[in-house]
Amino acid sequence: MPSGGEARAVLRLRNITKRFGPLTANDAITFDLREGEVIALLGENGAGKTTLMNILFGHYMADAGEIEAFGHILPPGNPRAALEAGVGMVHQHFTLADNLSVLENIILGTEPLWRLGSGRAAARARIEQLSRDFGLAVHSDAKAGTLSVGERQRVEILKALYRDARVLILDEPTAVLTPQETDDLFATLRKAVARGLSIIFISHKMHEVLAISSRVLVLRHGRLVGEVATAETDRHQLAHMMVGSEIRAPEVGGAAPGRVLLRLRDVSTVPVGNAVGLRSLSLDLRAGQITGLAGVSGNGQTALADLIAGEIVPAAGAMEIGGREAKGWTPKAALEAGIGRIPEDRHRTGTVADFSLAENAVLEAYEKAPFSRRGWFDWQAVDRHTRSIIERYDVRCPGPDARIRLLSGGNMQKLILGRVLEAEPAIILAVQPVRGLDIGAVTYVQNRLIEAREAGAAVLLISEDLDEILTLADVIHVISEGRLSPAFARGSKSPAELGVWMAGQGFEEGGHAA
Amino acid sequence: MEILDILLSASFWAAAVRIASPLIFATLGELICERAGVLNLGIEGIMVVGAFAGWMAVYSGADLWTGVAVAMGAGMLFGLLHAILSVPFGLSQHVVGLGITLLATASTYFAYRVSLPEVTNPPRIEAFKELPIPIVSDIPIVGPALFAQTPLTYLAFVAAAVVAFVLYRTPLGLALRAVGENPHSVEAQGLSVTGLRMGAVIVGSGLMAVGGAFLTMSAFNSFFFEMVNGRGWICIALVVFGAWKPGKAVLGALLFAAFDALQIRLQQTSLGADIPYQIFLMMPYLLSILALVVMSRRAEVPAALMVPFNRGER
Repeated sequence: MPSGGEARAVLRLRNITKRFGPLTANDAITFDLREGEVIALLGENGAGKTTLMNILFGHYMADAGEIEAFGHILPPGNPRAALEAGVGMVHQHFTLADNLSVLENIILGTEPLWRLGSGRAAARARIEQLSRDFGLAVHSDAKAGTLSVGERQRVEILKALYRDARVLILDEPTAVLTPQETDDLFATLRKAVARGLSIIFISHKMHEVLAISSRVLVLRHGRLVGEVATAETDRHQLAHMMVGSEIRAPEVGGAAPGRVLLRLRDVSTVPVGNAVGLRSLSLDLRAGQITGLAGVSGNGQTALADLIAGEIVPAAGAMEIGGREAKGWTPKAALEAGIGRIPEDRHRTGTVADFSLAENAVLEAYEKAPFSRRGWFDWQAVDRHTRSIIERYDVRCPGPDARIRLLSGGNMQKLILGRVLEAEPAIILAVQPVRGLDIGAVTYVQNRLIEAREAGAAVLLISEDLDEILTLADVIHVISEGRLSPAFARGSKSPAELGVWMAGQGFEEGGHAA
Repeated sequence: MEILDILLSASFWAAAVRIASPLIFATLGELICERAGVLNLGIEGIMVVGAFAGWMAVYSGADLWTGVAVAMGAGMLFGLLHAILSVPFGLSQHVVGLGITLLATASTYFAYRVSLPEVTNPPRIEAFKELPIPIVSDIPIVGPALFAQTPLTYLAFVAAAVVAFVLYRTPLGLALRAVGENPHSVEAQGLSVTGLRMGAVIVGSGLMAVGGAFLTMSAFNSFFFEMVNGRGWICIALVVFGAWKPGKAVLGALLFAAFDALQIRLQQTSLGADIPYQIFLMMPYLLSILALVVMSRRAEVPAALMVPFNRGER
């Protein structure tokens, strides 16, 4: 798509500045959006992209600066004015009311409130027209709460189109989508651009930015640090601009596997609800080795992680930790046995959102010295510990007393990583440790896991990203329907060969091929 | 069977509908507040205010409908106070609500003592009279139960229909249902979360006060201390029982009222001679707890109920 130097500017941002306490989230940001172009706003988590868009849409008030839409100044802090000026936003956290139908969510706020009855038939026709024109298939009468993530996003886009938005802001729209859904989204966006809409696309995924945008703006630490035409740049340059330094992919040296620290023998678990249980699974985790567990999501990964973390107990089979059978297996026993856990869902099970960083940092050891002495909490020790994690793990935050929900995903994950690694666990259970993180954070987390391996820890890396497993793991198992494949040494199997196992072929019933 | 005789008597059903009427008003009021995401525990006190304000207005010479309007206005004032504290200030809805109940109750008693310092027995007023509707009121059982009531009872059922219509058939109702489920959805569509929630609390409180006014203006014809007697709390339970739906809530109010009417009558039967009357008094409450346990299992609670909304917070 040509960036068209003479196309008129539909949106002008001038010197937007926003501070949250001591943190400057946006620092004098200025740019224009021209008619019919897609600009990508690229930046790491916490670089200030979402804050900027929330100011543009009127959720936040900027401390300084002004916004002009189609030649008129937008009153600050007023989403209605932004909507009326033709600015539509697809929020990262969807803003749908689950108890309302798709149709109701779309027409919400588009009719005068004091009106008897509402024009649903016309609205339904219009929504159907829009969904055909833009390739956004949704069922108007479905309750929003029953929709899949992809469908919810389509409703969010329809909400903006229904209001005749001329500018679409998409905040990390692909973070929750499968690759197929992402392709569909891009097709929709291209249709929108063909009709003269302008788009701001926020992302930290470079290949997507390169695929969809005509111009890239890079944000770092709240500052606009660069602007390039997409045609004239590449991944390497963008990554460099985004992080501010060269990114090196993690390098993994040869492994020196030690003794077996955790051994599962023919372990089975009871399936819970729709989740798959383990079926007679045997696994060894060795010191100084990263064991990768590949597999399609929902094939027993959760059961295995929960089992090792002590949340469930085996229904059959034996589990040995450090050569001794695990008895009375609970999360606390798992912690005491030296198992460090990086949970899959950092928001739900990894942290307590409304606790401070300090409280979250000691969640797994608060009752032990030095954090507690004779039943009394030592806040100074907790504070010292948290400050050292913040410093050593590069957690960007307002301070140890800030609520953790204010942190970006990457910074939250760094705090969890610090909490786990500082306890010097013998066994590290890392479940999807880099999901949703930007490249800077991904490389950081992966390097730390490699360091832990060098230091002699047994690492179990559970990931749905085969590339990640192939890069990091010394031995690879594939899990499928609760069964485990034999161990494959690094480099002994191609991605395609592993894919066959992931599809469930090659397993013997009742055990694994030896 | 004595119970059968009671259940077949027209007076029993008429009593049930009469007892249900104040509950219907107040339950609707609470339902509107909760649908918008605000738990209004001021309900008990606001009913006391309504009972007093309506009665006092009529005692001072106003006509009955003016009295109802005065009660509603007084309730809305306390609703406004609740709304300011719980919505823009985002204070704990439990604390605000209980505070409003204590404040409203105490200031009512104070106003009573100031306006009638010398009185030992509260004066009676000329209250609403039964207004049988021709023809339909002659239907056996149903007629006296539903169509030979006071105008305020009719108004209760009209109010239920209006609330249901607004909630499910108008853009305003859509916005109300959305704001209690996910205020961000409302904000993102350019509506004011604060305005909607405050409006709901004020109007809802007005309805609660009319429920209170029913007691003095259509049931007891006078004002006593403690006359609301926990009805507000029952209405909170009825909202849950009704799964936040007006129709079901009305049914719940009728059910509770029927139990209440039944226990009064059972006390006068031969059973009443053997069993302490306190057991009968407990019955409606026990049965409502039981019904709540059964009914509220699958109820869809408004997701943002009791969650204050602060703009610009992640």
